[in-house]
This record gives sequence, structure tokens and C-alpha cells, in this order.
Amino acid sequence: MNLHRISGLILRYRYLYSRSTFRLLDLFFWPVMDLLVWGFLTRYMQTMQHAVPSTVTFLIGAIIFWNILYRSQQAVTVSFLEDIWSQNLINIFVAPIRISEFIAATYLVGLLQAVVVLALTSVLAIVFYSFNLFAIGTLLVPYFINLLLMGWWMGMITTALIIRWGHSAEALAWAVPYLVQPVAAVFYPVAVLPVWLQPIAMAMPATYVFEGMRAALSGLPVDPLQLWMAFGLNGLYMLGSGFFFRKMFNVARERGLLARIAL
Amino acid sequence: MNEEIKIIEVANLRKEFQGTVALANVSFEVKRGEIVGLLGANGAGKTTLIHILLGLLTQTTGTVKILGLDILKHRIEILQRCNFSSAYIRLPYNLTVWENLMVFARLYNVPDAKMRIEELIELFEVAHLRKKLTSFLSSGEQTRVNLCKAMLNKPELLLLDEPTASLDPDISDKVRKMIRQVQDTQGMTILYTSHNMRDIEELCDRVFFLHKGAVLAQGTPQMILEQFSQTSLEDVFINIARGGNVQIGAES
Repeated sequence: MNLHRISGLILRYRYLYSRSTFRLLDLFFWPVMDLLVWGFLTRYMQTMQHAVPSTVTFLIGAIIFWNILYRSQQAVTVSFLEDIWSQNLINIFVAPIRISEFIAATYLVGLLQAVVVLALTSVLAIVFYSFNLFAIGTLLVPYFINLLLMGWWMGMITTALIIRWGHSAEALAWAVPYLVQPVAAVFYPVAVLPVWLQPIAMAMPATYVFEGMRAALSGLPVDPLQLWMAFGLNGLYMLGSGFFFRKMFNVARERGLLARIAL
Repeated sequence: MNEEIKIIEVANLRKEFQGTVALANVSFEVKRGEIVGLLGANGAGKTTLIHILLGLLTQTTGTVKILGLDILKHRIEILQRCNFSSAYIRLPYNLTVWENLMVFARLYNVPDAKMRIEELIELFEVAHLRKKLTSFLSSGEQTRVNLCKAMLNKPELLLLDEPTASLDPDISDKVRKMIRQVQDTQGMTILYTSHNMRDIEELCDRVFFLHKGAVLAQGTPQMILEQFSQTSLEDVFINIARGGNVQIGAES
């Protein structure tokens, strides 16, 4: 991998974000809106003293964590879509850029966005709801990494599908995360799901993160095996999605699909 | 001798799209320093051929060597030494001219990028546009900025896909002269597609006519005129496109 070329791609995103108010708003607006809605819902539920346990504040943690995963996936997918929308995709693919470098640049953009979202929403959660996500301590680091990794491989799969199926698949960029959300135990434990859905939930790395976060916030011990399961599954899916991306890219090169989606 | 170095070597190239033959047994060579025109009606296979040369598309059979390297095995090394510009491909519209050129300078690992960009924007007379968003450029300005991008890495091979499409005659003439000037000073090899026969007549040392995915004729513009007994390349083009006496050629 050539770091100079990766820095070139990142420079492009820097220019893009520094120029576009709407892109910046998109980065900050949705996570803050999510936080406000779920935060006030949590506060309302807390007023119903006997109806819900006090640990309901985990909903705020859930929405912060969800936005890390979502931003990481979006950075990978939308960065690719930006090149399609600006009819620049061919310029990129006829430049001496390896696919791995292109993906690495989008990963780094995803990392940056996820850090910004985590910092912003965590501080706002403290200010508005006295909810301190940092109370879970050092666990925050492996949880963050796992959510980031899951966003990356989901982004890679989504991008591969767009390469293969073209413009008609663009909506997947936003749909895929919400396809995963109901089974990733974001807002409720796996036990709530129907029995037949539970194995699917357990196959999602994010499930272990959200379950662990709820346990930590409730003061319960966190099973380290769950963390390793999340890392293991993410590693497996990263490899699988890399293989899938390469396969779809080769199909696109064979069938002339790159030019078709680029023009 | 330098002139004998083959920059493009295409042998028995065939491309099929799910049973449809886009290129059938195409073979040709381009030597260092040549400007070669690639002509053909819409659907003749020009874009398919260019995309294969750029590694955007893989061939069904046959071999493509650029700068002596196989495109299937050495795509990145080849692309580092080539560049491409097309009237139908844009630079990101939400970046300024300078920003776009800086980004591509990094992607092509251009040493002393700022100086190189300055040189090129002066040469192509777009220095005054450096801070302008690419989306606000006219067609002629976009073409010249695209050419700046295409020259950033001092390519040994430059592929130009209808660079003067949608330009008025005055700007087309300027662009042709700029391309000629750069080619004269840097000695790069250029493969040039155009529907503007004036471009071809003024710039190209040799011409290939593609018809239904095959090379129908090749030679200097003068040779092509003689082969087809026509007075202009435009007449040859029309004759071929309308399925006229296309058998008249080198083979006849």
C-alpha cells in the first residue's frame, strides 16, 4: 500500500467536507437528533418510576454506539457514491490506485467520523442527560473498535453490491444498516427476539457490544469471551467482505460495469 | 532506436459481452512518440478498446501490453506512467481547480506537485481559474483542466477520448495546438479518439478505423484517403459508418 496515494484520497475528502456545509451538517445533525429524541424518551421513561428500571439510560448509550457503527459504514459507502455522483469514478480507477488503497482511505474517513460522533454525542449526553458513557471505562475502546470494524465490512459489502448492481442499488447505502439494526440487539437484549432470530443476532458482532454495554452500565460483570466473539466474527466478516468486494470488482471489470455506473 | 520502442502492443484482442462481440481479433501496435487516431462510428468498439487499455475492463482473449508490461499483471505500474482524459468524465465539481489538481498530483505521486501544477495551468491558460469551483467552469475550461490533470505525471502514454467534443471551433483549435505543443516538448505517445476529423487530420501521424469491433484500415491519414479513394477523412468515416464499400482497404 502506498501512503502517499491514500493521503491523496483523504485530502480529497478533507476538501470536500471543509467546503460543504451540508456534508458537515449531515455528519453532526443526525447523531445529535437521534441523541435528543432517545434522550428525552429516556428521561420521560425515568419519570414513570415503577414502570421501567433506572437502567433504562442504556438507550442513550445504545444510540451513541449505533451512530459509531452507522457513520463507519456510511463513510465507506458514501465516499464511493460521491465519485459516482461527481462522474469522477473513472478518473479514480484509471489512476494508479490499488483497490486496497481506495478502501483504506474510506476506512480512515470512517474512523475520523466515528471519533467525531463519539466525542460530540458523549459530551452532549453528559450535558443534557447526565449520562456518562465513559463510566464503562476501558471497555469503551474494544467496543468502539468492534463497531468500527462492523461498519467497515458492512460498507464494503454495500459498495460491492453497488458496483455489481449499479445505480439501482444505491439505496442500499442507507438500507443495509437498518436491515441489521433489529437483529443486532441495539436497543433490547437478544432474549427479546424470537428464538429463530436469536442465532442471527448472535452472528452479529455488534450484538456482543450492545449486550456488554448494557451489562457494564448496569454494574454487572462483562464476559470477556463476548468481546473475543465480537473480534472473531469481525475478523471473519472482514475477510469475507474483502473477498466478496474483490469478486464483485472483477465481475465489474469483466462486464464493463464500472464504466456503466461511472457515466 | 527510440522510435522503435513499442508503447502499445495489442494482439488478437477479443471482447464479448454475454455473447455480443464488441472487439473481434484486434491487433495493432503504437510506437513511442506517435499520435495515433482511433476512429469509428458509435458502437464500433473504441470505448471498449480504451477501457481495456486502461485496465477498466478485462478482455475475453488476447494480450495487451503497454510499455512492455501486461495490463492484466502490471495494471498499477502501467497506470503510473499513463494518463487519460475524456470529455465525458469530470473532476469532482465541488472542489476548486487547484484542489482537484493537488489531489490527483498526490494520487500520481507527482514530485514537486505545486510547481508542476503551476506549469500546467499556465500552459493550458487556466491559471486564473485556480480558485474556481470545477462545477462553474465552461466546457472549454473543463477540457483544459482535464488536460492539466492528464499531464500531471508527464505520462509516457496519454489516452484522449474525444477531448474536443462539445467545444466550439476556436477552443477546439486552441486545445489541438496545446496538445501538439506538449507532445512536441515531452515526446509522449498519444492515442486519440475523436469524431472531429479536423482533430485527426491535424494531429495524428497514423489512424486506425474500427468497424464492428475490428480494425478495418490503418495507416497515415493520406494512406487512408488513398485506400478509400476519398478526399477527406470525414467522407471515409461516413462511407464506413453507412456500410459503404468498406472492403476497399489495405487488404483489397
